[in-house]
Amino acid sequence: MFVARSIAADHKDLIHDVSFDFHGRRMATCSSDQSVKVWDKSENGDWHCTASWKTHSGSVWRVTWAHPEFGQVLASCSFDRTAAVWEEIVGESNDKLRGQSHWVKRTTLVDSRTSVTDVKFAPKHMGLMLATCSADGIVRIYEAPDVMNLSQWSLQHEISCKLSCSCISWNPSSSRAHSPMIAVGSDDSSPNAMAKVQIFEYNENTRKYAKAETLMTVTDPVHDIAFAPNLGRSFHILAIATKDVRIFTLKPVRKELTSSGGPTKFEIHIVAQFDNHNSQVWRVSWNITGTVLASSGDDGCVRLWKANYMDNWKCTGILKGNGSPVNGNSQQGNSNPSLGSNIPNLQNSLNGSSSGRKHS
Amino acid sequence: MEELDGEPTVTLIPGVNSKKKQMCFDWGPGEMLVCETTFNKKENSETVPGCPFIYIIRKDIDVYSQILRKLFNESHGIFVGLQRIEEELTGKSRKAQLVRVSKNYRSVIRACMEEMHQAAVAAKDPASGRQFSSQVSILSAMELIWNLCEILFIEVAPAGPLLLHLLDWVRLHVCEVDSLLADVLGSENPSKHESFWNLVTILVLQGRLDEARQMLSKEADVSPSSAGMCRVLGDLMRTMPVLSPGNTQTLTELELKWQHWHEECERHLQDGTFASSPHLECLCKIMLGDEAALLEQKELLNNWYHFLVTRLLYSHPTVKPIDLHFYAQSSLDLFLGGESSPEPLDNILMAAFEFDIHQVIKECSIALSNWWFVAHLTDLLDHCKLLQSHNLYFGSNMREFLLLEYASGLFAHHSLWQLGVDYFDYCPELGRVSLELHIERIPLSTEQKALKVLRICEQRQMTEQVRSICKILAMKAVRNNRLGSALSWSIRAKDAAFATLVSDRWNQSLLALGGLLGSWEAQDCRSDLWARPCRFLRDYCERGCFSDLDLIDNLGPAMMLSDRLTFLGESLGSVPWTFGTVVGCGGGRCCLDFSRVFFLLSPNSKPHRALCARLCKAYFLVTFPINFKSKEKRCKSRLRIKKLPCPLYPDSPFTYCLICFIILRFLGNSLKGSWRLCSPFLINT
Repeated sequence: MFVARSIAADHKDLIHDVSFDFHGRRMATCSSDQSVKVWDKSENGDWHCTASWKTHSGSVWRVTWAHPEFGQVLASCSFDRTAAVWEEIVGESNDKLRGQSHWVKRTTLVDSRTSVTDVKFAPKHMGLMLATCSADGIVRIYEAPDVMNLSQWSLQHEISCKLSCSCISWNPSSSRAHSPMIAVGSDDSSPNAMAKVQIFEYNENTRKYAKAETLMTVTDPVHDIAFAPNLGRSFHILAIATKDVRIFTLKPVRKELTSSGGPTKFEIHIVAQFDNHNSQVWRVSWNITGTVLASSGDDGCVRLWKANYMDNWKCTGILKGNGSPVNGNSQQGNSNPSLGSNIPNLQNSLNGSSSGRKHS
Repeated sequence: MEELDGEPTVTLIPGVNSKKKQMCFDWGPGEMLVCETTFNKKENSETVPGCPFIYIIRKDIDVYSQILRKLFNESHGIFVGLQRIEEELTGKSRKAQLVRVSKNYRSVIRACMEEMHQAAVAAKDPASGRQFSSQVSILSAMELIWNLCEILFIEVAPAGPLLLHLLDWVRLHVCEVDSLLADVLGSENPSKHESFWNLVTILVLQGRLDEARQMLSKEADVSPSSAGMCRVLGDLMRTMPVLSPGNTQTLTELELKWQHWHEECERHLQDGTFASSPHLECLCKIMLGDEAALLEQKELLNNWYHFLVTRLLYSHPTVKPIDLHFYAQSSLDLFLGGESSPEPLDNILMAAFEFDIHQVIKECSIALSNWWFVAHLTDLLDHCKLLQSHNLYFGSNMREFLLLEYASGLFAHHSLWQLGVDYFDYCPELGRVSLELHIERIPLSTEQKALKVLRICEQRQMTEQVRSICKILAMKAVRNNRLGSALSWSIRAKDAAFATLVSDRWNQSLLALGGLLGSWEAQDCRSDLWARPCRFLRDYCERGCFSDLDLIDNLGPAMMLSDRLTFLGESLGSVPWTFGTVVGCGGGRCCLDFSRVFFLLSPNSKPHRALCARLCKAYFLVTFPINFKSKEKRCKSRLRIKKLPCPLYPDSPFTYCLICFIILRFLGNSLKGSWRLCSPFLINT
């Protein structure tokens, strides 16, 4: 791993979330300065901020892209108790000339009475749907029935979790064998400890989400949760950020004929647990093939976890702050590429041993 | 089976203080985003300014190297060829083929090394020069390891030939001697050259005894006092029994002869034949395989594996493969002498001498920054049937594990991803699903690229990816108001609902057909009844050019998909050859006589009554006023059609309720040629 490029973010306050679009050609950032910025990668690889606008009247916690099948659509959620959906309008020639794009608010989702802590678009095969969760303990699922009209969103489901919610994750599996599923994590720190991860599954018959499982072993506050891409497996993999990094497998138990119609039951196994972050873990996220999990924690590092072919999970990489201040507030855009500054140490030692012995 | 693991690599993010802040991040298809943040919302974060940058983190730096790109490109061809080697080939022919493949891989590495070396020499600034040089030494180490693996695992050289291969291996990789040789021979008085004895010693150490003998004769020529000694040593060199490839003598014969020769050398040393010349005596000791004498030449030997091979040459020339590891280990220990500890390269070579393939691969994947080497070497060894007993993580084997890693790395690059496709294809377990996940993330920046991605998906029946890509393109086109393109993409995505949405949008915007088709159409266009505008018409009206020829060619009979866009065929059921059947049987690509098309569409009218407009060279838009009398009833009930008089043909006995746009392409020259129907689409309101 190496730092290929740096981009002056130019937010006036703390950045809470960064988000790549599906193709990795655009990104969005959100901040306590109540704004969202969108960045575009040009042909030569430079990143330019093409839009920056005030989105909420409070800190913006999360920003996320819809699948490009639905156009250029963003969702954001905020301390101001709302989530919002934004759509890019193909610019007037003036905007284009200035390299700016124009985003309009298509809807504000105002159902929550408390801070909206997470927002996630559903897997694309479910249509244009998004889920929000909030500190009042409710997961809300919205749908835009007409993809050409994003101003209409209907609240389809409200799932009460009874605990302040911090994070949600859709199960990405598009297999017909798997019903839509959403995992919810809670960072409720009240003393009467309860299990902090619940999994809800959509029931075709009742047309409602019902609780399928509760991960009883996770009792500490949970800050983030992520299903892995499915890769055609029959079981699911779920990563959890709590006081440590945990990876669970959820194997659907074959339904008995009598209990058909009820939610799927799962055999749940913990396959990895790492406390390398020393304290709280705040984010977990899978790479696109689900082979590497990244986690971010109180040690200030991002750690990468990968299973070898024996299914043993190991830390394979660490991104760590070097602590030295950057004296470049005046720096513009991406004028600080440090390409190739960071060849892995082991390679250096190999290289040292061979060049030292001059057999070239 | 051990794990493929090492210590995690640490990447430093400038400006982020990990003691005080945390990092938020996101995965992209080939890159990661990282940025400083504070997650704990409850504690009020300090107001000290944080790191103002967002960082893009990439995985494999080597993927972005211009020179290594050649390595990736050329080895891709070898890899694909190897996968196609016929399984039936057995025994010698198969082995010969695998050795040839291995040599091909090595020659690609060497070519790349050569180029990297040139780049290092030509580098303008010292930093990039150093970087190129370090790449040269990495490539050199790769080739060294690969070559040894080739000898031991692929060639599987037996006792006797084994040593010859190892000698070649050392000669190939310790090659400064050649420039030294040229240097000395080029000097006025070679035997007085300051490096003369070093050169002779190196030649002996490498077993290049003929050349050593020639050098000694030069010494003999100028120094009569030592001429006799030189001749004796030269004779010993000449008579040393060696296995030559074409020779039929058995190992036992060789061993006997060698023993005899060895004793003769020993006797000369005992008799003090060379006592008056320390140089010659030293050479004789080397030829006796004297360890102390060899170790005195550490400087010239460069490394322990050279020491090993020289030692074997002069003391165990018929070493068996199975005994190699013993000599290798003791050579390493003797050479390093406890002064330094083995480095990664040493461990890799040692593992090879121990015939521990898995250890070789494991150590290599730890020591090298990219997956190219381990993926290709492992694949080759797997084709040698050396890895089959090891079943790994969910059914996938190590070969596949490494190939997937390598291919994923290629997918991070804007053009190398195309090579990655083939690697995924040859991974039976997870190759397909990995390709599916990667390929849909390829940015569809140009239509050309999109078509390339689509072709790859279509060849592999990845229907969901094809659908999704077409849908993305359709959405993109709609957003840019390119409705014709949007329609064609959504038809290709088999997305009838979306096609209808697009065609509805046509309805909403009016086509400025006036200039093109005359007031007749323009008037009709304003009524709901008539045709909807499409992009190419509008483009033509606005810019006088025609931008989407490809799409028009691709529209074809798929227009049937949306029920809003059915063909005339359905409505003109009474006509024996309907438009629909023409399109249906010809796939929209049949050559038709223009007038015949017209006749099919409108049997009662005469060809000249069609409106024909040239859109651009060889493309014509034809608009037909269609007589719909016979179907009036049905249409009335369904569509509430008003009868409109045709302004162009006021006397026309027909009423028109349909209009048909056809794009015809004229193939051939203007005198002789045929009309090809490239877009027989009809708007049936």
